[in-house]
Amino acid sequence: MTMQLTVWTYEGPPHVGAMRVATGMEGLHYVLHAPQGDTYADLLFTMIERRDRRPPVTYTTFSARDLGGDTAELFKTAARNAYERFQPQAMIVGASCTGSLIQDDPGGLARALDLPIPVVTVDLPAYQRKENWGAAETFYQLVRTLAGPSAPAPGAKRANRPTGARPRCNLLGPTALGFRHRDDVAEITGLLTKLGIDVNVTAPMGATPADLARLGDADFNVVLYPEVAGQTASWLQRTFGQPSTKIIPIGVSATREFIEEVAKLARVDASATLAASSTRLPWYSRSVDSTYLTGKRVFIFGDATHAVAAARIASDELGFKVVGVGTYSREFGREIREVAKLYDVEPLISDDYLEVEAKIAELQPELVLGTQMERHIAKRLGIPCAVISAPVHVQDFPARYAPQMGFEGANVIFDTWVHPLMMGLEEHLLAMFKDDFEFMDGAVPSHLGAGHGAPADDSPVGLAEPTGAATLVSDVSFIWAADAERELRKIPFFVRGKARRNTERFANENGVTTITVETLYDAKAHYAR
Amino acid sequence: MNAHVQGCAVSAAKEAAPDPVRRENGQREVFCGLTGIVWLHRKIQDAFFLVVGSRTCAHLIQSAAGVMIFAEPRFATAIMEEKDLAGLTDANDELDRIVTQLIARRPDIRLLFLVGSCPSEVIKLDLSRAALRLSQTFSPGVRILNYSGSGIETTFTQGEDACLASLVPALPPLGTSEDQLLVVGSLADVVEDQFVRMFDALGIGPVQFLPPRNSTSLPAIGPNTKFLLAQPFLADTARALEDCGATRLSAPFPLGVEGTTAWLRAAADAFGVKNATFVSVTQPYRARAVRALARYRDELAGRRVFLFPDSQLEIPLARFLSRELSMNLVEVGTPYLHREHLAEELKLLPIEVALTEGQDVDLQLDRCRAARPDLVVCGLGLANPLEAEGMTTKWSIELVFTPVQGYEQAADLAELFARPLVRRAKLVI
Repeated sequence: MTMQLTVWTYEGPPHVGAMRVATGMEGLHYVLHAPQGDTYADLLFTMIERRDRRPPVTYTTFSARDLGGDTAELFKTAARNAYERFQPQAMIVGASCTGSLIQDDPGGLARALDLPIPVVTVDLPAYQRKENWGAAETFYQLVRTLAGPSAPAPGAKRANRPTGARPRCNLLGPTALGFRHRDDVAEITGLLTKLGIDVNVTAPMGATPADLARLGDADFNVVLYPEVAGQTASWLQRTFGQPSTKIIPIGVSATREFIEEVAKLARVDASATLAASSTRLPWYSRSVDSTYLTGKRVFIFGDATHAVAAARIASDELGFKVVGVGTYSREFGREIREVAKLYDVEPLISDDYLEVEAKIAELQPELVLGTQMERHIAKRLGIPCAVISAPVHVQDFPARYAPQMGFEGANVIFDTWVHPLMMGLEEHLLAMFKDDFEFMDGAVPSHLGAGHGAPADDSPVGLAEPTGAATLVSDVSFIWAADAERELRKIPFFVRGKARRNTERFANENGVTTITVETLYDAKAHYAR
Repeated sequence: MNAHVQGCAVSAAKEAAPDPVRRENGQREVFCGLTGIVWLHRKIQDAFFLVVGSRTCAHLIQSAAGVMIFAEPRFATAIMEEKDLAGLTDANDELDRIVTQLIARRPDIRLLFLVGSCPSEVIKLDLSRAALRLSQTFSPGVRILNYSGSGIETTFTQGEDACLASLVPALPPLGTSEDQLLVVGSLADVVEDQFVRMFDALGIGPVQFLPPRNSTSLPAIGPNTKFLLAQPFLADTARALEDCGATRLSAPFPLGVEGTTAWLRAAADAFGVKNATFVSVTQPYRARAVRALARYRDELAGRRVFLFPDSQLEIPLARFLSRELSMNLVEVGTPYLHREHLAEELKLLPIEVALTEGQDVDLQLDRCRAARPDLVVCGLGLANPLEAEGMTTKWSIELVFTPVQGYEQAADLAELFARPLVRRAKLVI
């Protein structure tokens, strides 16, 4: 089996990963050999992330007519024009899935132009790999090309930091269109500052090609997103002798461990920072109102980094029960299998949306922590859900500060995961008190008092909700008695339509001409079977 | 080539006549034809669209659809992988397997389109043969057709053209000797129903529509078919219908009061409707639509508008904006200019209009920035960047997804252009 039937995809093609790197950076331009239509990817950045600039990408947008002619020349013209117009510090060149089929060799063509800037070829196997892989590969190729020239001789020992100089690190991994990358960078930068550590370069997001060239100046690397920065970090380790962090600071315990890990790499004392650290999650989680969170069955799906972190928070910090965990990134299957073992569940490693949907339907969790895709699944199945990972949606770029990482990230996570459950609780209460007079949808808010003409139960039938013509069964041979109509209105609004339909169907089938309160309950009993 | 094929009355005007249409061939910031699936699958309710393509195709449709409203939509992508391309597996066997799997999963499907993409075209995967082969397997339960929505062959709305053209050979022959009217091009159901009532009142009927709402109600065609294009991007479909002996009724497109009237008039004339009848039937609707338009004219008159190429609706829209709302046209871009189908529209454009066919997006942006229009109609990739530069924009894709044709929608159409300007004036931040 090779061809794969796909309804929705978790990841775009690898060149979209390259675009996330290029768009996150400054002073870099991407020339992409791609057919007309591939420019759709621009709107991911301008609409989902609401970017105020076009992504720095030039597409050749070749058409069938060009295929008979000289598409190589088309590429060269596009690259030359892009250089002249945008004057980037460096350029990356490559092909999208169709571009790669016509075998024009963008790298060779760009070299032939002899542009006075570094030109990096990113060869992305579009029929094997996906978006995150493309981002990682692009970042790696850029760093190798741009930082490589300043690498120390192989075997040379790394010079010690001068006494009194503040330790420096790089923050690696954030890109354009990343899930909360903007705020994670701010949160972790603040945390490092408190520890007395400077950030040498944050990359790709916000970095220029010149910044990438000086990555080697840092003492160590903080890897925020291994999906994007893992490969680059291990190259930097080999080439510059820079160690890198392994712990992802998502959740209270992970953040504390991250602080210790960083302090050790930077040789600073973390005790003051750890002592002063404050997050509301631990207390809120112990607070008695959180008792109802105990053992809530939760299903987790996302990129591996966020799914692994979520499982730990869910289990240890909120007291949920993890009933399933999975990822769409096959490259990180091992990490997910380990976590699954820890919670004694089956790992789900799949990028087939339908398979994930079937799994959720089968497990019937009480909370889903997933991507925008699982949000749709959960909505359909009527299960509360919170989003923890890319693929992103415009809602994942909130106006407010909302990191996932660090102590503020833990606060954000507590709110985002617990609120959907509280809504669930409210619905439960609503059902419990459905007969309460103040819960009726016709009731005026209590603060307005009774003097404001509350439509009481004895108001004329049909004023608030016209009936007669509004009966839902077309072949009408019955009428609703006023008391039955009033009784119907006592049923919570979200199931009232169904009750009405069932009653009318029952009336029709049984030749009832006047629907009374008795008919209503006869029908209820009939359909309850 | 002169944009005003006819209609420039005096020769002096002809000398001062409009610049030739500017043709550009650079980066095109447009969707490919696969995007049409987003509305076509809502229109034909028992059809499924299977794109044979790459991950990019799947990602495009998902992104163009914007939100995943439908848990299991009636479209999907058969993503080709390395082995399919290298010939290590027989792509046809793979396709058969996927189609079998799909039909088993969705027994409600009566019509399946195999939709070609850029990669399937480049590797020359023959989807017409695949469709024929699979049709034999699944007939009579499921009819299987194919068309190309690839970006190398189709721009955005041309995907609908290719889809409808592929339906034409499947249409049954018209078994009557009386003239029949066929309306061609996707319209919102509500608009279709309005037109049916209008044609009814004019005594034209029965009227059929292509695409139909259901594959079991395919319109019949033959030499007695007279068809009206409801959309300006249907070159191949029109040709296929003409090859079956059908006759196209030349008309402007039913956008705005004037366009709708002229469009209806073309049918009325072809079906021998008396002028007095036409006037008395349409007059109340025209009057109501004109009243509804008035407040938007106040907002839009004298404003300068720049249209980037997108859906081929640009020329009819420009005609509406210029003649019914008194807007000034800075530049009107269209991805492709079909001179024959647009002939009646071109006659109505102001003589000095700057028309552009094709695109070089960087150059066009330069012109747009230099002109500083009051309103820019453009795609989603350009809108926010232009807003950030201080311009006011209208997303063109909304013009394709929203019911805008006919009398009752004329004011809605105007409102789409007025809203960004009203909003910009309203915000105090």
